[in-house]
Amino acid sequence: MDARKAMTVRYAMVIDTRTCIGCGDCVVACKTENKVPAGLNRDWVVELTEGTYPNLRTEFRSERCNHCSHATCVYMCPTGASHHWRDTNIVLVDPAKCTGCKACIAACPYDARLIMHPQGYIDKCTFCHHRVAKGLDPACVATCPTRCMHFGVLDDPDSRVSRLLRTRKWKTLQPETGNEPNVYYLL
Amino acid sequence: MREELLVTLRHNPHVDPVLSIWGWEISIYLFLGGLTAGLMFFAGLLTLLRKDRTAPFATTRLALIAPLVLSVGMTTLFLDLEYKLHVFRFYLTLRPSSPMSWGSWILILVYPVIIVQALSTLRRGWPRLAAWLERLPLGRWLLDLCERLRRPAAAAALPVGVALAIYTGILLSAFAARPFWNTGLLGVLFLVSGLSTGAALAALLAREPAERRWFVRTDLGLILVEMLIVGLLVINLATGARPQLEAARHILGGDYTLAFWILFFTVGLAVPVLIEAFEPLGLGRVAMLAPVLVLVGGYVLRDVTVRLGQETTWIDYTSEYDAALLQRVETRSAGP
Repeated sequence: MDARKAMTVRYAMVIDTRTCIGCGDCVVACKTENKVPAGLNRDWVVELTEGTYPNLRTEFRSERCNHCSHATCVYMCPTGASHHWRDTNIVLVDPAKCTGCKACIAACPYDARLIMHPQGYIDKCTFCHHRVAKGLDPACVATCPTRCMHFGVLDDPDSRVSRLLRTRKWKTLQPETGNEPNVYYLL
Repeated sequence: MREELLVTLRHNPHVDPVLSIWGWEISIYLFLGGLTAGLMFFAGLLTLLRKDRTAPFATTRLALIAPLVLSVGMTTLFLDLEYKLHVFRFYLTLRPSSPMSWGSWILILVYPVIIVQALSTLRRGWPRLAAWLERLPLGRWLLDLCERLRRPAAAAALPVGVALAIYTGILLSAFAARPFWNTGLLGVLFLVSGLSTGAALAALLAREPAERRWFVRTDLGLILVEMLIVGLLVINLATGARPQLEAARHILGGDYTLAFWILFFTVGLAVPVLIEAFEPLGLGRVAMLAPVLVLVGGYVLRDVTVRLGQETTWIDYTSEYDAALLQRVETRSAGP
């Protein structure tokens, strides 16, 4: 049951916390592109402040589903509705198979999933796979006014994301969960 | 100082500010699933041991309660589904990595066993119901068939009952994202608690003093084992890594301390142990209180576990956005 063996392409999002200003345009772009109903969010921005006044350090992070290589939500889904798209790491929910049992919401250490109203199936960030299929960047990445967000194929050593991860210091969120998240933050 | 704040609006219902996707529907289901497991286990065990004379209630009438109890639980489980029309999807696949998938197939195994158990005892335990059923076409044939299957069904009830009770615990413990649940002890705890509530209900309903005493003594043993497992569970949490330590804090001084230690541990376990241990001294009607408290404790355990487990997490940012506050501002500005 190792889904990674079948994974042919791994997509990654790389977000530069040094150039992100926390404007929230990524959130608006997502809601517009994916027609996310009012009151629901597939992505969000977190502000981390560390230190003691006056020596403070602030980091902005645009967060969403981490499209984990080891996606506990996919493993916990009892019907196969949560799945990896076309042997990639992009995690999608098939509304036709979803019962709304919410096991995947409990299984996500990042709380990245939501209940789609009014139908009741579970929804989440799709890495805009409909755009990716056409060779476009996800809406949030395409919109970012400071160009702090990057998207690409992790397994291609010449891709922009691979080059950024080779040359900059980076972190992922809670890697200790073992989920192998694929959204990277440049430090 | 380290402060992580959510700066854009995020108030996904039942996810923010703390996860609360599962409520009483799941607590009731887990409780009644465990109770069903206990009922089918003891009805099966005493039938296999040929205790028809010393345990007349357990071997003739108890079995009918199990399908009724489980059906109530299955109803509340169905109520919890957000997309109810798609419930059939559970039965178009088996996902080996999903305990919930295993559980839905275990339930398919449980029903025939408890229905055969119930029908095989109907003529002796519930003669009026049996007479009514015999008037239906194939009714007599069905009762004859089930009576022939009485011992095989009783034998099947033991492993299937144990599987049902353990699965209700593993269902939660398999979520690594929720530190309070993420221990295999939960499967054992729910198994022993399920058997204990089953024995308690039988002790409450049985009329023969000798049979009642057998169930009270059995329950006493089960509760003592359950207290031991609770102790191990708390030690496991309190000596764990950061996420476990934060989860432990909820029951060690935090907001679930009272529910866990007073309602569940004291009222649901310790007091019944004292009542059942001192029953031979003659407690009269007070003795009837013990099984009632065990049943209450069984439900409180499920409810605390379901609610508290969801609140435990790996991430530590706080949401500054409060939808209720925004609504208050809106209604105020809409006023005169």
